Amino acid sequence: MSITAKEVEHVAKLARLELTEEEKAMYTEQLNAILKYAEKIGSLDTDGVEPTYHAVELANVLREDEVRPSLPIESVLLNAPEEEDGQIKVPAVLE
Amino acid sequence: MSLLHPSIEEIRQKLNDRELSVEELVSASLARIEQVDGTVGAFLSVHAEEARKHAQALDRKLQEGGPQGLLFGLPAGVKDNLNTLGFKTTCASQFLSNHTSIYDATAVRKLKEQDYVLVGKTNMDEFAMGGSNENSSFHPVRNPWNVDYVPGGSSGGSAAAVAAGEVSFALGSDTGGSIRQPASYCGIVGLKPTYGLVSRFGLVAFASSLDQIGPLTRTVADSAYVLQAIAGHDTQDSTSLNVEIPDYRKALTGDIRGLRIAVPKEYMGEGVAPAVRDAVKNALVELEKLGAVWEEVSLPHTEYAVAAYYLLASSEASSNLARFDGVRYGVRSDRAEGLIDLYRKSRSEGFGPEVKRRIMLGTYALSSGYYDAYYLKAQKVRSLIKRDFDQVFERFDVVVGPTAPTPAFKLGEQASDPLTMYLNDILTIPVSLAGIPAISIPCGSDNGLPIGLQIIGKALDEATVLRTAHAFEQSTKYHLARPEL
Amino acid sequence: MIETQEQSRYETVIGLEVHVELHTNSKVFCGCSTSFGAPPNTHTCPVCLGYPGVLPVLNKRAVEYAMKAAMALNCEISETTSFDRKNYFYPDSPKAYQISQLYRPIGKNGWLEIEIGGETKRIGIKQLHLEEDAGKLSHADGGFASLVDFNRVGTPLIEIVSEPDLRSTEETLLYIEKLRSIMQYCEVSDVKMEEGSLRWDANISLRPRGQQEYGIRTELKNMNSFKAVQKALEYEQLRQAEVLDAGGQVVQETLRFDENQGKTFSMRSKEEAHDYRYFPDPDLVVTTIDEAWREAVRATIPELPDARRERYAREYGLPAYDAGVITSSKKLADLFEESLGHTQDAKAVANWIMGDLLGYLNQNNLEPGDVAITGAGLGEMIGLIEQGTISTKIAKTVFKEMLTSGKAPKLIVEEQGLVQISDEGALAAVVDRIVEANPQSVADYKAGKEKAVGFLVGQVMKETKGKANPGLLNKLIVERLNA
Repeated sequence: MSITAKEVEHVAKLARLELTEEEKAMYTEQLNAILKYAEKIGSLDTDGVEPTYHAVELANVLREDEVRPSLPIESVLLNAPEEEDGQIKVPAVLE
Repeated sequence: MSLLHPSIEEIRQKLNDRELSVEELVSASLARIEQVDGTVGAFLSVHAEEARKHAQALDRKLQEGGPQGLLFGLPAGVKDNLNTLGFKTTCASQFLSNHTSIYDATAVRKLKEQDYVLVGKTNMDEFAMGGSNENSSFHPVRNPWNVDYVPGGSSGGSAAAVAAGEVSFALGSDTGGSIRQPASYCGIVGLKPTYGLVSRFGLVAFASSLDQIGPLTRTVADSAYVLQAIAGHDTQDSTSLNVEIPDYRKALTGDIRGLRIAVPKEYMGEGVAPAVRDAVKNALVELEKLGAVWEEVSLPHTEYAVAAYYLLASSEASSNLARFDGVRYGVRSDRAEGLIDLYRKSRSEGFGPEVKRRIMLGTYALSSGYYDAYYLKAQKVRSLIKRDFDQVFERFDVVVGPTAPTPAFKLGEQASDPLTMYLNDILTIPVSLAGIPAISIPCGSDNGLPIGLQIIGKALDEATVLRTAHAFEQSTKYHLARPEL
Repeated sequence: MIETQEQSRYETVIGLEVHVELHTNSKVFCGCSTSFGAPPNTHTCPVCLGYPGVLPVLNKRAVEYAMKAAMALNCEISETTSFDRKNYFYPDSPKAYQISQLYRPIGKNGWLEIEIGGETKRIGIKQLHLEEDAGKLSHADGGFASLVDFNRVGTPLIEIVSEPDLRSTEETLLYIEKLRSIMQYCEVSDVKMEEGSLRWDANISLRPRGQQEYGIRTELKNMNSFKAVQKALEYEQLRQAEVLDAGGQVVQETLRFDENQGKTFSMRSKEEAHDYRYFPDPDLVVTTIDEAWREAVRATIPELPDARRERYAREYGLPAYDAGVITSSKKLADLFEESLGHTQDAKAVANWIMGDLLGYLNQNNLEPGDVAITGAGLGEMIGLIEQGTISTKIAKTVFKEMLTSGKAPKLIVEEQGLVQISDEGALAAVVDRIVEANPQSVADYKAGKEKAVGFLVGQVMKETKGKANPGLLNKLIVERLNA
């Protein structure tokens, strides 16, 4: 299990991160060290072991279908980097 | 001695007897921050004016004889990854440097209901990723015991603020040790409750299946007070446990006769500094004197915990932090051309190197073809680690060991090597994976740097953890030591 | 186009992913309202805006609606169902992941039946899962910017994934229509295509006739009407056939249908790598569905269109076609049944629904739910015709009025004085006047031109504003002319 510079680039693309050449080299090296360390769990026999998604397993946490007040529009837009007519503005989505 | 140094219990008494006003208390806190925080760097924002106004309102309430909450008038710091309505919540990230909370975290709301006073938001490793506080995008925090040393992390600001006497208590969050380890480094009490005991609603998620909010305090009794205020079911958190909350303060009986203590040999091995091992051994002697019995046990999957943890936590983080895209909030890059560039530049400019590293690791671990080998496998390892604890708890009441393998290290000492840094959490991570409660309390020092004792309990048995910690604390003097600043 | 398809060397294979918005009161993971048409971003909160620190809590009714829909589509219901995160960046997706279901969907292995060429064909449904809807984007700055409205974010959606069992555009349309009508019967969605509460994507591939193995498929998006899906599939069939005929290979990709140009276009720029990195959402816990809960929800499923269609044919003797048309819409079927509480003449009710009502709806581009007429009104109106109170012709006026006002037919007849003139004396007086005023017609009749009767009847109708009892009038005119 090792990660190549090309895979690092692909992962950065998926994660929407822009990396400099230096960062790419650094992350390739560091991720490889971490993944090499992580290899040890691969050797562990987990046949028949169920995964634990939560330490304390809960089930059926449901809420009733009741409408609760929404935010005032000022709060919705308080942190917006750019807005227009009560909406969040972004560069056009390329099609 | 600072007005803030007495315990919560003592302060409550003084307020009741009108020996002290809330305004005096809050002013003392603000003055202390003014005095030392330029050096310590525990706070990212201080809300002096609001805190004073709130103090005056509480004093009026006191005059009028209105009901007093459990934390009446106590000045506190809240880790900057907990939402506080109307105040900045930055997670110590450049990305959220302009971000104002539009709602209160449930834990914060509960503190408000108990009449605490928010004096400021505490520094942390960016998005709670780190164990030294060097990953804050704004400035590092320094250990009040020796300012050349780190306070630990990620709740380093909260731990340092309490240790330096800047506040009565602070809230932190713990994903793999982020409350316990800085508490250990700073010589204070840090409690990570059972996963699900304190609502996560409003805590900016790092790793959702591990994150827990908890108190950082100077005494165990104070910890019980704060836990009492923040614990409890919340309908806004699906993973919140719907259980009856005991009176934690009543658990502090001082009596631990017959308490069965397990000491995992994996927690006392080679990687643990001799001074730390000695301090823990002395602590065991002390606990024996108090009537407890201890025995060495094995938690055989301990060595796999760090690997499983970094895969799980990073995977969840990669998804949790995807929302920081520069669309609705946060700092949007002004150099971007087009939408995808906006995402990339905003995120790359907004996040620090450790955050990017974990996003990269998590994205990779979840990506096509690797899910089973990494994420799913790690969740299975987690089951084995949990099983280790379950088996030990069939015969023992608590598990005791060090909180961290070493005392605090120097700033910059480990910054270049992420893996070494990750291994500092080797003794706190298994507990996080198992979702069980654990406390770190001071049990000695090495070259003037505090050493923490970790007491681990069964799920939802915070009462026994607190009782054990309190008995130890009351029979020793470590908690009375104060750093000189 | 259909001819081309039949003559083609290729067999078309289509699978559909249909999204249905569930009409709960509140969103699937927060308490914001799901109602349509509010000012932008006024139905939002920190949870659906994906603010830092928020957590989802599952809406029970959304789960029950999804269960109901799944059972109506003959799916197995999972004993344990859970949610997964589908990770992708898009401005209408606030958390940059959608909470959906991959590993343990609510329903699996279902089917529905369509009628084609007089045969019944079963279309498999691979799975039905619950997820959250995204926001809406609109253009600004002449296309250089987009504006985001998050009101729709978090509206519960079910995605119904069919097996690749559809073999033509026609089958695809029938499948969507049937699905739509089942959802409508179950009352889990208002299935309004124009409001986006029913949407779909299609996977389409061609294979040489007789070949077992599937060809390479493309995924078509952005087909918002029956017309669009038909055009898009027809275009894509031809396009793929041309690629294959030229010895090429179809590229597996996602295509967007441009309705104005009638063409499909590749959607993903190469920069946009995608890999959804599904994993179980750690903010949510599993939902277990025991038999008691499942059966309680099953009990709320009403009689579905196929069952009703058979019953109408059996109980009321309706022709299969009529029964099919009426039961395709729950509103129409309910109107039909309600009418029968007020008249015995099922065929007459069916005729009014299929003729005047559907004609009116088509002409005005309306849905059955958009008109005010009630079953009681329609039944009573047919009664008035039977009693001779109004003529069939007058009834058409009454019917139109009922469509818009919903008033009782008797009231309309009274208000507008539409009662049929069946009083022989009164009518005879008018007949006398008309006959005297039209000597030419009388002469024509005498000369053997029977058509003259029609003209005179028309004149009397004009005079009486159509209210003359036609049978009586005819008799009076013939008597008068022969006198």
